[in-house]
Amino acid sequence: MNITLQVNGVPRTVDVDPRISLLDLLRERLGLIGAKKGCDHGQCGACTVLIDGRRANACLALAVAVDGSEVTTVEGLAADGELHPLQSAFMEHDAFQCGYCTPGQLCSAAGMLGEPGPSAVTGDILVDPDLTPEEISERMSGNLCRCGAYVNIVSAIGEVAR
Amino acid sequence: MNRTEGRVKVTGLATYAAEYPVENVAYAYAVQAQIAKGRVKRVDGTAALEQPGVLAVLSCEAAPRLSGDADPELALFQSREVAYRGQIVAAVVADTYEIARAAAAAVRVDYDADDHDVRLSADHPGLYQPETVNPDLPSETQKGDVEEGLARAERSVDVTYRTPVLHNNPMEPHAALASWDTEGRLLVYDTSQGVTASRATIAQTLGLPPEQVRVVARHVGGGFGSKGTTRPQAILAALASRMVGRPVKIVLTRQQMFDVTGYRTPTIQRVRLGVDAEGRLTALEHMAYEQSSTLVEFAEQTSTPSRVMYAAPALRTGHRLVRLDVATPSWMRAPGECPGMYALESAMDELAYAAGLDPVELRVRNDPETEPDSGLPFSSRNLVGCLREGAHRFGWEHRDPTPGIRREGEWLIGTGVAASTYPTRRWPSQAVVTTRDGDFLVQLAAADIGTGARTVLARIAAGVLGVAPERVHVELGDSDLPQAPLAGGSMGTASWGTAVVRACEELMRDGKEGRADTTEEIKADAKLARHAFGAQFAQVRVSSVTGEIRVSRLLGVFAAGRIVDATLARSQFLGGMTMGLGMALMEETVTDEEFGGFLHRDLAQYHVPACADAQHVEAVWLDERDDRLNPMGSKGIGEIGIVGTAAAIGNAVHHATGHRIRELPITPAKILALRP
Amino acid sequence: MKPFEYARAGSTAEAVRDFGPGTMYLGGGTNLVDLMRLGVAEPERLVDVSRLPLDGIEPVGDRVRVGATVRNTDLAADPLIRTRYPMLARAVLAGASGQVRNVATVAGNLLQRTRCAYFQDVTRPCNKRRPGSGCPAVAGDHANLAVLGTSGACVATHPSDMAVALAALDAQVHVTGPGGDRIIPMPGLHRLPGEEPERDTVLSPGDLITSVELPPPPPGASLYRKVRERASFAFALVSIAAVLDVGADGDVADCRIALGGVAHVPWRAERAERALIGGPATGEAFLQAAEAELEQARPLPRNAFKVPLARNLIVAALEELAP
Repeated sequence: MNITLQVNGVPRTVDVDPRISLLDLLRERLGLIGAKKGCDHGQCGACTVLIDGRRANACLALAVAVDGSEVTTVEGLAADGELHPLQSAFMEHDAFQCGYCTPGQLCSAAGMLGEPGPSAVTGDILVDPDLTPEEISERMSGNLCRCGAYVNIVSAIGEVAR
Repeated sequence: MNRTEGRVKVTGLATYAAEYPVENVAYAYAVQAQIAKGRVKRVDGTAALEQPGVLAVLSCEAAPRLSGDADPELALFQSREVAYRGQIVAAVVADTYEIARAAAAAVRVDYDADDHDVRLSADHPGLYQPETVNPDLPSETQKGDVEEGLARAERSVDVTYRTPVLHNNPMEPHAALASWDTEGRLLVYDTSQGVTASRATIAQTLGLPPEQVRVVARHVGGGFGSKGTTRPQAILAALASRMVGRPVKIVLTRQQMFDVTGYRTPTIQRVRLGVDAEGRLTALEHMAYEQSSTLVEFAEQTSTPSRVMYAAPALRTGHRLVRLDVATPSWMRAPGECPGMYALESAMDELAYAAGLDPVELRVRNDPETEPDSGLPFSSRNLVGCLREGAHRFGWEHRDPTPGIRREGEWLIGTGVAASTYPTRRWPSQAVVTTRDGDFLVQLAAADIGTGARTVLARIAAGVLGVAPERVHVELGDSDLPQAPLAGGSMGTASWGTAVVRACEELMRDGKEGRADTTEEIKADAKLARHAFGAQFAQVRVSSVTGEIRVSRLLGVFAAGRIVDATLARSQFLGGMTMGLGMALMEETVTDEEFGGFLHRDLAQYHVPACADAQHVEAVWLDERDDRLNPMGSKGIGEIGIVGTAAAIGNAVHHATGHRIRELPITPAKILALRP
Repeated sequence: MKPFEYARAGSTAEAVRDFGPGTMYLGGGTNLVDLMRLGVAEPERLVDVSRLPLDGIEPVGDRVRVGATVRNTDLAADPLIRTRYPMLARAVLAGASGQVRNVATVAGNLLQRTRCAYFQDVTRPCNKRRPGSGCPAVAGDHANLAVLGTSGACVATHPSDMAVALAALDAQVHVTGPGGDRIIPMPGLHRLPGEEPERDTVLSPGDLITSVELPPPPPGASLYRKVRERASFAFALVSIAAVLDVGADGDVADCRIALGGVAHVPWRAERAERALIGGPATGEAFLQAAEAELEQARPLPRNAFKVPLARNLIVAALEELAP
């Protein structure tokens, strides 16, 4: 099947096997290795990309099902060589070690900052809360980091959220 | 200076094993045994081979010969015997991943199954005493008379702890990308904690001279020991690539990783401690029961930290192993120290309560002058300093030791302490440093698995060369570079750093180039007890309604020699402690007694800590000088962070609830079982 | 994954028309793609319904209609839902991760399948996946499986949080299908395993959920609480959706209790509700009601903790809600 995606602003038309995930399409066909395969089941968040501006697990999306979408990967976060503030903050806060979950953390954080509404830890559900460390921690819990860089991840995102 | 490879990591440009752009790559997918013990009767790949795009099926019925002395976990397809459920028995190679995976499901394997035995118990008839334990330590040690010591004790404890099967679960799955050139030279991009050793193993397994093999691992997405030994994906990729005449890539699924990339053995540990009226130990006995496979003896050194920790006139440690129809356990962050210190430090807390002593004070009183088992002097030992500093920072002096009395609403609150320790070792390494365009290039086959090796080695070199660290470039992760030991055993920085220092010193003399090989230097090391120490303090909240446990504070204080890079060191300590939090409260792989193998083989069932679990983790360190270790005066820090965490949290749970749970992980189910 | 055909439906009518043997509807895919990759689901044809115009949340009189393809995130963030059905918003927010909630649909959430380890592993027996092959969980790993409404054939749980809140709210599931349109009141969508654990719901082949209608919110205070050993991103050990309305006389005027993580269905605790309504809103009454409900529990050795956990949760929830 032929599908067309806007990947990091560039239209890409590809003939795909309906079985291929968006993640494998990016990594194996389009040469974009930023989105990582950690579990292939939506359980770790390493593959997080933005689909039409919203963070999503690229491993759980069939490529054919996102035909026509805009996809932003970590490679697309930096504009014209200028790092995204989250990317700089991750470096400054040492918010990663092995780096494998990092692209997913970054895309997830970028998406999360634009997500309105309460979270599971919000006190008053009618009020959109400030992004306190507790709120960030809850909202970022879909991105596992086995190196255990969480404390630094939260401080990095907190700096950008302010 | 931030991590030197930070920019490529945050922009998604860092290449991990499966990510090198290679033309015409084919994909391999492994087929795993569906019995726990027996023999492969027949492998029928017909249906798989009929599918368009399938290139080959490998199995014991169609595989090239491997070297006869290959590690049995790597001797793919060389035998029909099945040693555990999940063992690789066949593989499919195809044009795409989707085709390979679907075809693998169509490979039919018939078995003759035998009865299996996968259950570890402390009275298993197959238990025996291994000759040595990992890495090469005596299995059993004895000093003084434990029975006599216990008999004269004022107070004593005799307690048994259990830890479950634990899986390393690095975020990057084990992967390999192999290709052969026209001269028969093999190139493997592998997920490896040490390319020098990996090259040797791959060459040996395939029966090739080492110089015909090159292993590259520029970036490694975590390993925690599971990539310290060569894993079957590297061999499978090489075999498959040779068979189909194309580069072959294999990425194990998360589920497959649980089966074939190692795990921490479950343990059953009995600890007996006696203390006199002055709070001094009269006896310490620590026995560990653990498992290995029928293929390979891997005996985790679980009771060895008890040889190091406390001054006891009677001291006995030992290990018993049983060979089960399971995969071979292997290294997971702080093998030995991590599970062993969970038991010892939990038992010390129990003893403190039995003796009416403060748990910090009990440890201080029993701090030894020399290494208890060997009698060797310590190169440095600052456990007491860590305990004191931690107690001060944590507000320990205000602690009421009475368990089960602090409450905020439904939440019971408690605090606990435990000690940490990890050996400080180094291995011979080579390194080369050259000048390049006014800057300096350091080259060695070291690995950066997330520790920040490039950054640390640049700092070390810069210190010797007297230049800014930004002017030093470090190239590693390639077996064509000067030989270097693994990133493992918390030895990386000490081993590589020594070689880098010597190479830089040589360059300062030579002006252009310095080469070092530290084999002789390390041989001449004095006999000393070399260990890092630490103290961890935990505060937990335990819901009396749900049994949920949340860690509201975790503080680690470490004495680990000179800290070469404060930012990276803090990250390492925090990471180890976070993994220790997981061990304490959630991590557990379930062994399937009925069918063999493991259950919970994914990250939705095997829970590692999420961001919300680790909000209040702090790590600090003492300024420790130790000039007898290596030119940097550094101690390894990759593993000590996980040592003691589970005990500190378990001790805090006791302080909160008044109950001891002696089996990890400490879950709501176990808390609720306390209060029917 | 076996090869399959993929088609995107242009309308609900077209989706239903396109449904044939071997067909499955694809919503957000967060569970179906996962199960296809495991070989648990092997559709020959996928009809993608995720872009059908069923993504609205709108008031209909004193009720609210939530379209089947509304994403979990949008449901939880919707002002109408947050204001009128905060328990539902909380339940949705308690589930999965931000990424999954951004994609998972309301209908897909209802139709997600059990997370039992045996169900997910095609190399092991499972009556739900391969009818008649046996249920190894009963003697094996069942630590997070069901204690209520189980059968000898299956002890699986339904993993949803959202469905638990919907069960407590008496939500109505609107379905279209080859047999026409119908409305299924919650918690009646899901069925107990009995001797046919392969059937999770009462839906027939080709049935397509089009919306979920929420009746006016019940009077009283409500909450959703989820228990898990990991602080986030984990399925419930047990969860509870509860509504309590206490009259001026101090007696319980109305009460709704639904439990998650304990059964093959979102479990409406009707016995407890009956025991409470008309009686005093006291801790003692709450405990008696919880025990009345849990008398029916048939725990196994490793999930027996769920009985005291559910009891404690019911009592704690009602105490929190009582004025």
